[in-house]
Amino acid sequence: MLSVKNLHASIGDKEILRGINLEVRAGEVHAIMGPNGSGKSTLASVLAGNEKFTVTEGSVEFMGQNLLDLSIEDRARMGLFLGFQYPVEIPGVTMANFMKMAVNEQRKFRGEDPLTAGEFLRLMREKSAIVELDSKLTSRAVNEGFSGGEKKKNEIFQMAMLDPKLAVLDETDSGLDIDALRVVATGVTKLHTEENATVVITHYQRLLDYIVPDYVHVLYKGQIIYSGDKTLALKLEKEGYDWLISKEE
Amino acid sequence: MAEKDKDLLDNIDGEYKYGFTTDIETETIARGLNEDVIRLISAKKEEPEWMLERRLKAFRHWQTMTLPTWAHLDIPEIDFQDIIYYAAPKQRKKLGSMDEVDPELKRTFDKLGIPLEEQMALAGVAVDAVMDSVSVKTTFRETLAEKDIIFCSISEAIREYPDLVKKYLGSVVPHTDNFYAALNAAVFSDGSFCYIPKGVRCPMELSTYFRINAEGTGQFERTLLVADEGAYVSYLEGCTAPRRDENQLHAAVVEIVVEKDAEVKYSTVQNWYPGDKEGRGGIYNFVTKRGLCREGGHLSWTQVETGSAITWKYPSCVLLGDNSVGEFYSVAMTNNYQQADTGTKMIHIGRNTRSRIVSKGISAGKSQNAYRGLVRVAKGADNARNYSQCDSLLIGDKCGAHTFPEIDSHNPTAVLEHEATTSKISEEQLFYCNQRGLSTEDAVGLIVNGYAREVIAKLPMEFAVEAQKLLALSLEGSVG
Repeated sequence: MLSVKNLHASIGDKEILRGINLEVRAGEVHAIMGPNGSGKSTLASVLAGNEKFTVTEGSVEFMGQNLLDLSIEDRARMGLFLGFQYPVEIPGVTMANFMKMAVNEQRKFRGEDPLTAGEFLRLMREKSAIVELDSKLTSRAVNEGFSGGEKKKNEIFQMAMLDPKLAVLDETDSGLDIDALRVVATGVTKLHTEENATVVITHYQRLLDYIVPDYVHVLYKGQIIYSGDKTLALKLEKEGYDWLISKEE
Repeated sequence: MAEKDKDLLDNIDGEYKYGFTTDIETETIARGLNEDVIRLISAKKEEPEWMLERRLKAFRHWQTMTLPTWAHLDIPEIDFQDIIYYAAPKQRKKLGSMDEVDPELKRTFDKLGIPLEEQMALAGVAVDAVMDSVSVKTTFRETLAEKDIIFCSISEAIREYPDLVKKYLGSVVPHTDNFYAALNAAVFSDGSFCYIPKGVRCPMELSTYFRINAEGTGQFERTLLVADEGAYVSYLEGCTAPRRDENQLHAAVVEIVVEKDAEVKYSTVQNWYPGDKEGRGGIYNFVTKRGLCREGGHLSWTQVETGSAITWKYPSCVLLGDNSVGEFYSVAMTNNYQQADTGTKMIHIGRNTRSRIVSKGISAGKSQNAYRGLVRVAKGADNARNYSQCDSLLIGDKCGAHTFPEIDSHNPTAVLEHEATTSKISEEQLFYCNQRGLSTEDAVGLIVNGYAREVIAKLPMEFAVEAQKLLALSLEGSVG
């Protein structure tokens, strides 16, 4: 589904990703961990097409297409979803209106008719239940005045609405209390199928108690320096990154 | 709706939608302005002597006045002798029924999305359509007449209801008010007149559509709206003009009288031709709008301004009576080389008067957009309250947003609040929308509409939808 080969990317003169290799197949869950500043969020942004970053080398294939040739919106319409670490506010635009546009753009891309108002409302009700999102939030402006927990739930709600092939969740667990973490994480798990894939970027093992990864990768200084199964996350939780980093240097 | 908007954008290709001209025989007079021209206009309108006298008086006063230069506008010199002051679509005879309207004229208004008959009937809106200098057709007069509501062209009102016109015309905006108001008082050619009698709630929206068609002409319409004691009316005004390389002058006056406990809602969607991407052509829009509220009266202005090369316009409320209320909700958008200097004046004279100002400026391209407001509290205006909110949104880095709020309070019991913000559409917002599958153009349209929502929500339904599309459309080509 996703094949990243020797990906290099920089912001200004500063190279942040320095040769990433990553294979993600349908049905898999990958966790990307690593110390602060190692390039985890940059990887998510580059995959989504954020123009702040320049790809200088390497290739990314997504669903059989050269991802790097596609616009941000076409990547999204093809089924690439980014769960934001800091979701932005869009004053005056209701979540319902925002999602209606997003869902219908995706349908149009696939050559499907837009949803009727009734169909859309049904879909919204069904999906907001997955993350226990108060249905009142959908009539409020996008992320405006949402609490930290609500914002993160709202990201997963949008993921549920858009039913992506590949979801990249950037520190979806940051700033969540235990209850919200459980809701968000079980939401992600419910959405997981054999046809889609999830990449979770996180600092903490606790998220991985709910979202059990098939692979855990450690990103350090713009490269994946070590990969393992879910037990790697437990080891990292206990021992930190030092044993890996010193081996590297 | 997004889908529909997108189609609309694709179809229109970012160009001004109303830029066509109507090929219709037009009767015009020679360029220039003098007393003979004014006599001629008055004669064409078959006006009584007293009206001609008023016009001449205004004209003589206008000659003593100089152009105002205080606005934050770069106005090229206007040669007032190079303008045609009267142009009328030629019609064989006076109109009795709809069938007698020139079919070409009817097609024009159909093309503008203003069908003069069935659709408006379904929507429950009565329309007065003004093309160039004359009112073409006023619909639903019979229905309105049942409630003794008068809704007709101002020319007709001068002939048919001289007492009302004499009493109210110039009572809120006298000819001495300002340069353009004086000019309008001298040469105004048509416009709408509306009178809602005591205690009557107007059963439908009243609406005037203004259309400039003829070349080289100025449009000077005059609107007079009177809501008698306890009456209520909601009034809509829309305007468009053909695409031309020349600049055309539009200097209108709108006067509103809100008698005791009456309520008037006045909504405008101003979409005069704004000029092309290089700033060629477009309407110069110099408008004086003011309402007077007596005791317990309530006047609410809502405007969505997207058109015109230059806009100079300050719909105002004189809160004369105790407990009267004035409101001003505005979205002013400028793109390319457009310039706007717009805002409001709230003059608190009565006790316990309240006013509210919500202004949302949007500047894109190389445009300049200024909010100018005055809140004045007179000595006797005990417990006056004003809340003002002035927001500016910038798109790109070559445009300008300016605010000139003025507060002038002479009463210590007044409570005045003012809030202002300036913001830009952030890269983060655009990236977020893009990542959800929205194109940048759709994203900007969405963000701008969200920003303007508080004001758009004040518009009547059909107008609100129209205004949303218009905002998205007017932004075409402003990003990227």
